[in-house]
Amino acid sequence: MSTLKIKDHCDLFQGPEYQEQFERKKEFERPWPEEKVKEVSDWTRTQEYRELNFARQNIKINPAKACQPLGAVFCASGFEGSMPFVQGAQGCVAYFRSHLSRHFKEPFAAISTSMTEDAAVFGGLNNMLEGLENTYTLYKPKMITVSTTCMAEVIGDDLNAYIKTAREKGLIPQDLPVPFAHTPSFVGSHIVGYDNMLKGILKTLSEGRRGESNNKVNLIMGFDTYTGNYHEIKRLMAVMGIDFTLLADVSETFDSPNTGEYKLYPGGTPLPDAMDAVNAIATLSLQKYSTVKTMEYIQKEWGQKTLSLSPIGIRNTDTFFEELARLTGRPIPALLEAERGRVVDAMVDSHPYVHGKRFALVGDPDILIGMMSLIMEMGGEPVHVVCTNGDKHFEAEANELLASSPFGANGKVYAGKDMWHMRSLLFTEPVDVLIGNSYAKFLMRDTGTPLIRIGFPLFDRHHLHRYPIIGYQGALNLVTMIVNSVLDEMDRKTVDTTSFDVIR
Amino acid sequence: MRQIAIYGKGGIGKSTTTQNLVAALAEAGRKCMIIGCDPKADSTRLILNRKAQNTVMDMAREKGTVEDLDLDDVLLKGFKDIKCAESGGPEPGVGCAGRGVITAINFLEENGAYGDDTEFIFYDVLGDVVCGGFAMPIREGKAKEIYIVTSGEMMAMYAANNISRGVLKYAQSGGVRLGGLICNSRKTDKEYELISELASKLGTQMIHFVPRDNEVQRAELRRKTVIDYAPNHPQADEYRELARKIADNKNFVIPTPITMDELERLLMDYGIMESEEAAV
Repeated sequence: MSTLKIKDHCDLFQGPEYQEQFERKKEFERPWPEEKVKEVSDWTRTQEYRELNFARQNIKINPAKACQPLGAVFCASGFEGSMPFVQGAQGCVAYFRSHLSRHFKEPFAAISTSMTEDAAVFGGLNNMLEGLENTYTLYKPKMITVSTTCMAEVIGDDLNAYIKTAREKGLIPQDLPVPFAHTPSFVGSHIVGYDNMLKGILKTLSEGRRGESNNKVNLIMGFDTYTGNYHEIKRLMAVMGIDFTLLADVSETFDSPNTGEYKLYPGGTPLPDAMDAVNAIATLSLQKYSTVKTMEYIQKEWGQKTLSLSPIGIRNTDTFFEELARLTGRPIPALLEAERGRVVDAMVDSHPYVHGKRFALVGDPDILIGMMSLIMEMGGEPVHVVCTNGDKHFEAEANELLASSPFGANGKVYAGKDMWHMRSLLFTEPVDVLIGNSYAKFLMRDTGTPLIRIGFPLFDRHHLHRYPIIGYQGALNLVTMIVNSVLDEMDRKTVDTTSFDVIR
Repeated sequence: MRQIAIYGKGGIGKSTTTQNLVAALAEAGRKCMIIGCDPKADSTRLILNRKAQNTVMDMAREKGTVEDLDLDDVLLKGFKDIKCAESGGPEPGVGCAGRGVITAINFLEENGAYGDDTEFIFYDVLGDVVCGGFAMPIREGKAKEIYIVTSGEMMAMYAANNISRGVLKYAQSGGVRLGGLICNSRKTDKEYELISELASKLGTQMIHFVPRDNEVQRAELRRKTVIDYAPNHPQADEYRELARKIADNKNFVIPTPITMDELERLLMDYGIMESEEAAV
């Protein structure tokens, strides 16, 4: 058997056949001379350009966010037999599917109602009716979970009325749960879409289900793309001896064992459990900013105690377990204390290399809050914190966090800013380490700042999402990533020196 | 809390009628709110006694995004503490006014504009239900009652019938019902009889016949409702009567719209339109 020799595209384009073609094209492209390009490129690294960059108003460049329906279909896939169903154009749904598949390296099923120009004129009722009928008939879901794209939202499609019509016409059974959420892509981001969808699902499933308390705790992960976190929280609950329901459990959807057989509905929160969530004693969200409306709904309509807290870093994890113990009356087992002790020991070991290091962070609000906290616990300094989808509440919380530690003194929070802003920040006020998703690698390339890949999406490194970043184990994983990146960078920078230090 | 949507042909007097009847309700001590769903933003002028207020979309345009808006920027109180908000929208000929209505109503709802003690919310909706956006007020969970303002003019009746068709669509799948026709008189021939008959054909009632009176015009010039400007004038009592009837109304139906032929026949029966044979 011979191995295939497939050239990487970078090597391929270096070959003479491509190089000659590029040269010939220049005649038609008439590009600026290379010196001029270099001159402008250098200018974009200056303080002067930074000020112009921050004054820009009507354009976003590389925003660190995705759109609402992406969050909605992600959430929808976390329930047993649930088919994510999007009222909108095919291209949008293709994007959600490819985005999720590239991150998890797993197939992802979702329905589009294939709205085209005529649907924009006449309204999407027929698309919805046919779509629901086909989905039910072909894919036999236990639940069809509806969200929308921009087009359906601009023309004002009334999902509730359409779904009722589909039932009345007998296209789908009367008792098939069809939760829905309006998720216009031009408002908010994937975390808002997640929130809207989850609220819609819980609203539908809890209808008429109120009964005796089940003495359980509901857990919501939020827009959490680390399957390792889902496995970790289940382990931690077992250790604590707490009976719980994990809502929107996407761990199987995106991390199912390879048995050689494709399953359209690999797992998810069992529907009876989700229906019974209304009877729990409390609901905990592990992401505050992606569950704002859902938690408000649970508190108001279900009358439950609610708590939103990301257990990222030691202090946050401590608070998480303390609150959990308070809510359930369960003691914190010695096992967890030992686990904590080991992680703290690891942090002490690595501390000399992280202390005083300057960090730039870009990502979703909840992850940023957790990462800032962890970095400061190790004596690192969060300097630039860019959160495209962060609101004023996030800004206030992040600033408060920075103010709580001497290591936050040099930190500045940029809510609503994008990665092109971050580029200016990195050039004018360099840092030691950059934390962000795969798109941040272009910042790494431009500025030479080493990148630690944390967040969503992570396309260009494999399996990172399988390792938890929450709890004490998660903290250990993060500490490992951070300190080793610092050490890698030291090695890279000292490759031409006479240092034979094998310890670092 | 009762949520009520007022529809009708453009220029028929929806905004004037709505504001006068809401003023009458407020005068009787009821807590009311008006939400203007029209880019022209003229649904609250008589209550606020001033030209158009800051609309939700105006403020969104100014601040760059709806998310940065504060409720206080767009929710004002006018005559007898009536709460007023206008959706606003794009300049004529550009953008999408319907989406403006959706955005504005979502904003008001999410930010708790309705409060806990509001008894009546009136949506004053532009002309016809031209697109999905203008049906926003009658979606599930919002207005359950609709009143159509009309007159004895053929095109106003035509519009009333057309709107009934839109209502029918929403009534079949949701809880929205037609509460009646409000005849805003234009002093056309046999107007009272004609609209009563149209109402019965649509399966509803003519809830009130508002006579034409120049006092309305005089009040409007002073940016006031008749209730506010001339509370003792008989026309003010007409609006009080309309308000009372709406407050007490129990007659809510799924409308039975008629065909264009039937509508023309109705006009012929009342001798307003000559039949083709007679015209020859």
